[in-house]
Amino acid sequence: MTAAVAAPGAIVDRGAVRRQRIIGIFYLLLAAIAAFVLTSGIAPEATSTFALKPAGSKTGLDIPNLVVPSVVTLYAVAALCGFLGAIQLVRGFGTRWAVVLGIAVAVFVFGFLTWAAVGKSMSLIGILQLTVVKALPITFGALSGLLCERAGVVNIAIEGMLLTGAFTGAVVGSATGNNIVGLVAAGFVGAALGTLLAVLAIRYRMDQIIAGTVINIFAAGITGFVSTRVLQLHRELNEPQRFPQIPIPVLSEIPIIGPMFFSGNIFLYALFVLIGLIHYGLFYTRWGLRVRAVGEHPRAADTVGINVLGTRYRNVILGGIVAGVGGAYFTLGSTGSFVQDMTAGRGFIGLAAMIFGAWTPVGAFLASLVFGFADAVQARLSILNIALPSEFLLMVPYLVTIVVVAGLVGRVRAPAADGRPYEKE
Amino acid sequence: MTDEQHVDPVIEADLPTGAGSAGEPPPPAAAAPPSRLATAVRGLLVPVLAVLSALVIGAIIIVLSDLTFFERLSADPGGALGDALGSVWSAYGALISGALGSPGAYVEAFASGDSDQIISAFNPISETLLAATPLIFTGLAVALGFQCGLFNIGAEGQLYVGAVAATFVGFAVTGLPWFIHLPLAVAAGFAGGAIWGFVPGILKAKTGAHEVIVTIMLNYTAYRFVEFILKLPGYQREGRSDPISKVTEASSWYPPLIEGLRANWGFFLGLAAVFAVSWLLFRSTKGFEFRAVGFNPSAARYAGMSIAGSTILAMMISGGLAGLAGTGIVLGITRSLTSGVSAGLGFDGIAIALMARARPRGIIFAALLFGALRAGATPMQSATGIPIDLVVVVQALVIMFVAAPALVRGIYRIRVPEATGTEVFSKGWGS
Amino acid sequence: MRLELRGITKRFPGVIANQDVDLVVEPGEIHALLGENGAGKTTLMNVLYGLYQPDEGEIRIDDRVVMFHDPGQAIAAGIGMVHQHFMLVPVFTVTENVMLGVESVRGPLGQLDRPTARKRIIEISERHNLKIDPDATVEDLPVGVRQRVEIIKTLYRRSDLLVLDEPTAVLTPQEDEELFEIMRSLKAGGTSIVFITHKLNEVLEIADRITVLRRGRVVGSTTPAEATRESLASMMVGRPVELVVEKTPAHPGAPVLEVHGLVVRDDRGHVAVDGLDLQVRAGEIVVIAGVQGNGQTELVDAITGLRHPVAGTIRIGGATVRPEPRPIFEAGVAHVPEDRLEDGCVPGFTIVDNLVLNTYYRAPFSRGIRLDREAIERSATELVANFDIRTPSMFVDIGDLSGGNQQKVIVAREFSRPVRLLVAAQPTRGLDVGSVEYIHRRIVAKRDEGAAILIVSTELDEVLALADRIAVMYQGRIVDIVEPERATPQLLGMLMGGSLPLESAAAASVSPAAPGDPGT
Repeated sequence: MTAAVAAPGAIVDRGAVRRQRIIGIFYLLLAAIAAFVLTSGIAPEATSTFALKPAGSKTGLDIPNLVVPSVVTLYAVAALCGFLGAIQLVRGFGTRWAVVLGIAVAVFVFGFLTWAAVGKSMSLIGILQLTVVKALPITFGALSGLLCERAGVVNIAIEGMLLTGAFTGAVVGSATGNNIVGLVAAGFVGAALGTLLAVLAIRYRMDQIIAGTVINIFAAGITGFVSTRVLQLHRELNEPQRFPQIPIPVLSEIPIIGPMFFSGNIFLYALFVLIGLIHYGLFYTRWGLRVRAVGEHPRAADTVGINVLGTRYRNVILGGIVAGVGGAYFTLGSTGSFVQDMTAGRGFIGLAAMIFGAWTPVGAFLASLVFGFADAVQARLSILNIALPSEFLLMVPYLVTIVVVAGLVGRVRAPAADGRPYEKE
Repeated sequence: MTDEQHVDPVIEADLPTGAGSAGEPPPPAAAAPPSRLATAVRGLLVPVLAVLSALVIGAIIIVLSDLTFFERLSADPGGALGDALGSVWSAYGALISGALGSPGAYVEAFASGDSDQIISAFNPISETLLAATPLIFTGLAVALGFQCGLFNIGAEGQLYVGAVAATFVGFAVTGLPWFIHLPLAVAAGFAGGAIWGFVPGILKAKTGAHEVIVTIMLNYTAYRFVEFILKLPGYQREGRSDPISKVTEASSWYPPLIEGLRANWGFFLGLAAVFAVSWLLFRSTKGFEFRAVGFNPSAARYAGMSIAGSTILAMMISGGLAGLAGTGIVLGITRSLTSGVSAGLGFDGIAIALMARARPRGIIFAALLFGALRAGATPMQSATGIPIDLVVVVQALVIMFVAAPALVRGIYRIRVPEATGTEVFSKGWGS
Repeated sequence: MRLELRGITKRFPGVIANQDVDLVVEPGEIHALLGENGAGKTTLMNVLYGLYQPDEGEIRIDDRVVMFHDPGQAIAAGIGMVHQHFMLVPVFTVTENVMLGVESVRGPLGQLDRPTARKRIIEISERHNLKIDPDATVEDLPVGVRQRVEIIKTLYRRSDLLVLDEPTAVLTPQEDEELFEIMRSLKAGGTSIVFITHKLNEVLEIADRITVLRRGRVVGSTTPAEATRESLASMMVGRPVELVVEKTPAHPGAPVLEVHGLVVRDDRGHVAVDGLDLQVRAGEIVVIAGVQGNGQTELVDAITGLRHPVAGTIRIGGATVRPEPRPIFEAGVAHVPEDRLEDGCVPGFTIVDNLVLNTYYRAPFSRGIRLDREAIERSATELVANFDIRTPSMFVDIGDLSGGNQQKVIVAREFSRPVRLLVAAQPTRGLDVGSVEYIHRRIVAKRDEGAAILIVSTELDEVLALADRIAVMYQGRIVDIVEPERATPQLLGMLMGGSLPLESAAAASVSPAAPGDPGT
């Protein structure tokens, strides 16, 4: 009985210690990249210019461009990252480590953009505007997933629902010449796929991830089939009118925020309304209380007389509508015509945004902005002709998703009954 | 869990000696086990009906996507319907003869006695075997994942990375005899896929990241990676500006089964892989661990197994098998790499694994069926103008019907003797 | 409310859970429903509550026939139920849980009116002396308080008849008393109560009438005045029951398990085992008694390598072992886990495979990575016979066996190899009397072979029947070690509730770890 016993104060979680150490080394790595890799070959007097006013904008307050000395900025970024890394390694940031991680990555990204914009002018406001644009369908997807998963059904079919929504919006919008009809039709088709998912997952208690995968493959196949068979011959069926931009008076003139959030089209404003509604509904109404009860502990909900399966059906169909409408954005709100597989994984990224946002609507939106930003930077940098192959830039949103999912799952809590079929007996 | 599901093939084989030998007479409540033939027939019923139902819905889609059908429907309903049925008939006819050959061609070829003509009559079957080869591998990849409780949607990406590696060994290594070069290229393909499978495996084991999201994201990453590689000097074919690799050396190709046909020994490598995986899963300690982790990770941990180790190893083998599918294409069909070589073979693997209920030997039949669909699709499109995507739709429907057996039983009013539950292969986000 | 069940029959595939059950509960009566595990008590109450539909029979309330298709209808008819496994949403507050299903709302969108609900909850809790914080999150509450939330839930719905399903399973004897007070106060207010239990003492203490169920049938109805412990026990089991395990005095040898200063955290990071000391010697059975949730699970997890201790040492046979399940298993530790289906076996695997779940990788069951199926099946044949596992074939999925037979498979696997230390958590939970007796006999036999045995049990009867020494665990520590001769249910109850009786308080504060010298 002589073996060493740790002092009571030395209670530590070995896993957490290792994680803290890895993060600290990561900060130092960022610092090293900023100081040694990014600064190489830059003239000391070079500057990077960031435009903060939308190109061609005549109204609004006049804000000057942000011009920074490139090398100094990069060294400052490196110093800051190194400083954070040193503190992290020496004593850590305790419970605020996640916030610090966010700050460090943001600082480094700024350094990266500085490097990319050396001797050039980069439209920062353009990137931010594009961030919102790219985040939009991702948020719709995340909200769709959220509606389903809060009730305990995993919806991995968001991708297929978005794709089918995009297709339906384009075709019906073109055929009727009315893009609102196209939007409504996309919602209906989304509801149909939601119903299919609900029937497979709830009625037939099929593995929910497989059910979702079936819908994704089916959606890819049927949109591909019809666009090859029909749309290639009848191009007039794939030329819908797009929804116009509607800048909101006064609000759209606010610097930076205005062009980002108040100069979009109907989809953006619909999204804001939807986020508000779902947030309010989920946390402040009877509907939300019951939905969450069904997602957390369906048997408890059943024993107080709540219709568990009915609640699940309703929510999955609602989720389908949201994803269908969000999908229509790809065609009616963005490019105008349908292209095969045009959603390119945005539905899955939406799912990751939902997890990143801890199954809350506002969180999902903020998370989508992160993914949207990665997407936007990628799109802008490939124009700037920098020394990175475009394929690697195109990987960025997917890699960010992997990092986020790996870093956060297990730390945010999913609804307890997520993905589990409910059986009465 | 149904009884068909948990009695694995090995035990089925050994059942006659083992049953009832427990030293005590079985309780009277125990029903006599159904005969093996009856079990086999019952096991086949759902897949067969699933394929039939999928084809019927496919036919409806063919009709509904014909705009002239609607125009004629009001004026001449009879003629419109007749034409519609005709177009379905010719599409499926083309599909079947493209996959199996037409009786007429066989008769004619044998009557002529000309060996070249006989061989070319067998071309459709050869094409089916050829198309089935990568499908066996991707089906096995997904099935192995299922057995370990993992849903590998990333076979597509793993296939590409395997193909990149195999192609590189195929053209960069020269001067070797085929019996060294081919195995080397195949091993490279396996390794490439295994590396791509390692990533979701280690992320799942160490951070809990759900393999479904990670593998999907890695699929997209792999597409970009292939596009990048195919433009690298030294990998891109000389004198080409489009993304295409150099041509692999003939010594790295799978030898044909019969000279003049494209079907090759890759198919037999696939069969060998089926038996190897079957042995691994049911006759080895590793497989015991995989399946225990898949069924009940906490009991596996209780029993001293390494969940992380099993997860990583299973994902690597699964990825490696998908990588072998890549070799089936680049060393067996295209002989060089382009960005479009797979076209969803990884996703077909999901359908095949589900149809075979994740059991290795069932994979062979499921892969042959889907291979036939793939082989027949191209002739169908060229003969009737029905796009190949129809096959994707049919496959999605097959998965749906197979994964929800109750659905098929409901449609065809099949009664099941005992209560059956759901087959749950995957887990929620938290696990 | 007067409740009458007439001729209720409920069948499940292969089993008749209830057969022709009659039951009358008079207004303001506490009616005990007594029966063994699996006798059909819970099924009967689920039929009453609308969770199951009876195949035959009828339910009458105040002499009117009623039909409940779902719990909502039963609730509307004034029936309230406190389930054995609480039906509370852990992440909700008390108020949210109580109002769920009968929410007060305002406005067209159905906005929750929490203040109103909260006010009513406070009213109810004051009227019935049920102390509760309406804003607490349920997952942060101890089980005793959660039970109060469940009772408030039924009162909030104005239930006239309350069904309590095994309510004392998770409580300390002191908390039992509190619950009985609440029951008496409710009864005084005119509420009828159906009290489901298998504990005889409680029935005799609180019930007005007793109905005994056995194998789904009513075998008799009586009152506490007419019944004795023994008469109730034999009604329940169908034969006279011996409530003690036959065993000779222990002859303890050298210490096999030595735990010192152990600190273990639970899944949520709270300290569950808090500086615990414990010693188990060869040839003795030490039973850890305590109310569920006092760190027993985490202690067993730490000893068996399933959970890493934060501090402290664990020695097995005098040596420290790498804290992973396999090295510990190889050091000669057998483990019968608390949750059979979750940890102890792999449902989906056959009996054969489950019998080698942790030995599959060793000779003679494998060579290299090749499994030797023949050797595995030979050994399985033997174990199925030796351990009396009742099954049509050893190739049956273990998930299809009864709980008793599943436990026998686990016991067969763990007992069939040379073992220095056996750790068994709740080894008889949920089993019928026959299986309980069988497993107890096997444990004693293992002791007599010279193994050190550590049992965790929350059942006082089991504690008293098996133990050579009783270690009482409370809030992560061993508060006292008691010899069975001087252990009474009262003493154990007080210790389990955290209050130290005077004489032993002094001893415990000196050295709770000292095993004492019970033999000499």
